[in-house]
Amino acid sequence: MSSDVLLQARGIGKRYGAGCEACAELTGPQAGVNRCPRCGTVHALCDVSFDLHEGEILGIVGESGSGKSTLVQCLYFDVDASEGELRLRGEADGENLFDLPRSRKRRVRGRLMGMVYQNPLRGLRMDITSGANVAEKLLEADVFNFRRIRDRAAELLASTEIPAGYLDAFPRSLSGGMQQRIQIAKALANNPPLVLLDEVTSGLDVSVQARVLDLIRELQRERGMSMIVVSHDMGVIRLLADRTLVLKNGRVVERGLTDQILEDPQHPYSQLLVHSTL
Amino acid sequence: MIRVQGLTKTFHMHVRGGAVLPAFQDVSFHVNPGEFVGISGPSGSGKSSLLKCLYRTYLPSRGEIWYTDGDSVTRNLASEDEHVIISLRRQEIGYVSQFFPVIPRVSALDTIANGMVARGFDRTESEERARSLLARLGISRSLWDMFPSTFSGGEKQRLNIIHAVITSPRLLLLDEPTASLDAESAREAVALITEMKQQGTAMIGVFHDRALLGRLSDRVLEMSA
Amino acid sequence: MKLDDLVPPRSSPYNFAFLDEGAKREIRRALLKAVAIPGHQVPFASPELPIARGWGTGGLQVTMSLIGPQDVLKIIDQGCDGSVNAVNLRKLLVATTGVRTTYDSREATLLQSRHRLPEIPMQEGQIAVLQVPLPEPLRLVEPSEVETRRMHADGDYARMWVSLYEDVVQNGAISLASGYPCRVNDSYIMSPSPIPRWDIRRLNQSRQLTLLGAGREKRVYAVPPYTSVQPLEFEDMPFTVEDFSGMSCVRCGSTDTFLDEIYDEATGTSFRACSDTGYCDLVRSGQVASPAERDSGRVPAEAAGE
Repeated sequence: MSSDVLLQARGIGKRYGAGCEACAELTGPQAGVNRCPRCGTVHALCDVSFDLHEGEILGIVGESGSGKSTLVQCLYFDVDASEGELRLRGEADGENLFDLPRSRKRRVRGRLMGMVYQNPLRGLRMDITSGANVAEKLLEADVFNFRRIRDRAAELLASTEIPAGYLDAFPRSLSGGMQQRIQIAKALANNPPLVLLDEVTSGLDVSVQARVLDLIRELQRERGMSMIVVSHDMGVIRLLADRTLVLKNGRVVERGLTDQILEDPQHPYSQLLVHSTL
Repeated sequence: MIRVQGLTKTFHMHVRGGAVLPAFQDVSFHVNPGEFVGISGPSGSGKSSLLKCLYRTYLPSRGEIWYTDGDSVTRNLASEDEHVIISLRRQEIGYVSQFFPVIPRVSALDTIANGMVARGFDRTESEERARSLLARLGISRSLWDMFPSTFSGGEKQRLNIIHAVITSPRLLLLDEPTASLDAESAREAVALITEMKQQGTAMIGVFHDRALLGRLSDRVLEMSA
Repeated sequence: MKLDDLVPPRSSPYNFAFLDEGAKREIRRALLKAVAIPGHQVPFASPELPIARGWGTGGLQVTMSLIGPQDVLKIIDQGCDGSVNAVNLRKLLVATTGVRTTYDSREATLLQSRHRLPEIPMQEGQIAVLQVPLPEPLRLVEPSEVETRRMHADGDYARMWVSLYEDVVQNGAISLASGYPCRVNDSYIMSPSPIPRWDIRRLNQSRQLTLLGAGREKRVYAVPPYTSVQPLEFEDMPFTVEDFSGMSCVRCGSTDTFLDEIYDEATGTSFRACSDTGYCDLVRSGQVASPAERDSGRVPAEAAGE
């Protein structure tokens, strides 16, 4: 891994089913399906490789069935990849993180990764306060000092522009935009070098979306984290990402600078996607 | 500093049955530090496309773009890794397009200053420089904290120019930078460009105004349709 | 030579200690595993007995699987030998084993208890058996058994800590009064059974073996001697025990024991008395001269002579 590559992904695949010899030919972007008609195996992801450099924002764009969310879930260890290698600089002596035992994966992601889900119900626990949600991330990283936890949680909520009074409020009583901010605060709790954002503004009102995106951009600029931003919305990708991968039926069909993908897409599917954007 | 060799761009459209659209073919030239190479030609001759290829917004179909950076490393921008291009764009290569890429909800001042801060400059210093350039190009003080989305075409264009030049790039690509400016602002912009040229910035520019192009350029590249 | 030839005469027709030998062996094997992995809950058969759940069947089965003719048994409930439950359990065990019983915790080889540990620190060779209603400390935050087992396996206790954080936010301090979660051997988090905070320190680096049995939940677990047992606490908010300052036992005068508050309906007043009635009696009769002697761990002369 060269010096400023933070994350290296090679050949990541996720399938549901055993697979057969016909799968490669009968599934994928050419075939336009994820499910093999012969054996019924669903290939959510196939042979995805990329490098993420320090301080960089990588966009992942695609439609339903593209595998973009599955990819992020594999990176965050929410889902076990069927194959492939993942390496993070400075971790596990350069070993493939997918091979680590579950408890070690948990520790890696607690310290080094932050994740913001599209649906706050997945990323937050509604039955504990917003401060407690952030505290959970700190406690996973063995911060056991109450005052420090409290102060840090308050600081993080402030940095995501959540009013101080909401520290002890329950997320279920707050708006969608607020819930996303709490997720962001939680994701940043341990100053992770990598933050994963999965369709974070889909489903929010436009003005709320705008403010959340601003926040993300501002925080990234201040803290220099590397990010992977998944979206079906080209506008979001253009705003945030320096480089982009285009996924279709589980595979990368094109990769390049974001402005190049948007103005000079090469692959037929990328062209279709770009020209379909309002 | 930059040597273009046999550069060709042809668009292959896959939508609607497919079409092959050549933009330009077999372009070769070089630019030294402090030189201004103008690009001239009729509409549709690929002038903007050429600039976009140099900036890598378009992927060249054939040919090379040999660029020597500040550390004297020479690379072919046409085939270089994305992250290297990103770094070069941030540090060394500026681009003034006809359309200002408005970042929503960031004030004019911050939009400009952030470019310098991203290069590692101190925020206070960046804001100082941003203010002086904004004043120089006649953007009124009251607009500095406003969001550029509501600015006039001319104001946006001036921001565009300042945004590209504030980091003192080594290579500046200009695509009709003065097209929507009034005479006064155009004059200031040209003065700014001339200053930079004198400080050693290499420039490649497309200007609608042939006279202006002639005045600024050391050499002119003629493109045919 | 049969077992019956060795044991003292019993008044019931049941097997020695009620359970059949096969059941006892299964429990002992589970206990060995529990001792080998301090704080880890080990499942055991806990078959239906003609004794209702919730009446101490877990602790009882542990005692029954270990007790032998030479054992000296003490049974207490909330610190008292005389409470109804303790009396009934003792009767059952004596009827099926004929073993000697005692109210003096220093003499007991097996000490079964509900919700308290004795004031006199137990010694090497003694076994404490605690009755446990809910063995799973994480049940507070997670209803699924599959999930709590995973959490223990992964050492993933963040949610337990979060509930403690919320407790402090709402109440200014961790408000759990009994059954305070502890980390055993720097590894598993365990519920010490509903003993008060006061008794937690008697588990840490104890000289006795402590076994905990939950009959309804079918789990046993153990704290071997000289094992670390640390109550969960935030670095900046040290664990505290019940405060009895300014109070003393109305019967024996002790000012350093766990005191029950007893309300006298007749006079309308309340007073304090040692929860550990066995200890209280020893103090009153002069058999324990001072707290220092209590804590020294010396065995009484009579027990040493036997």
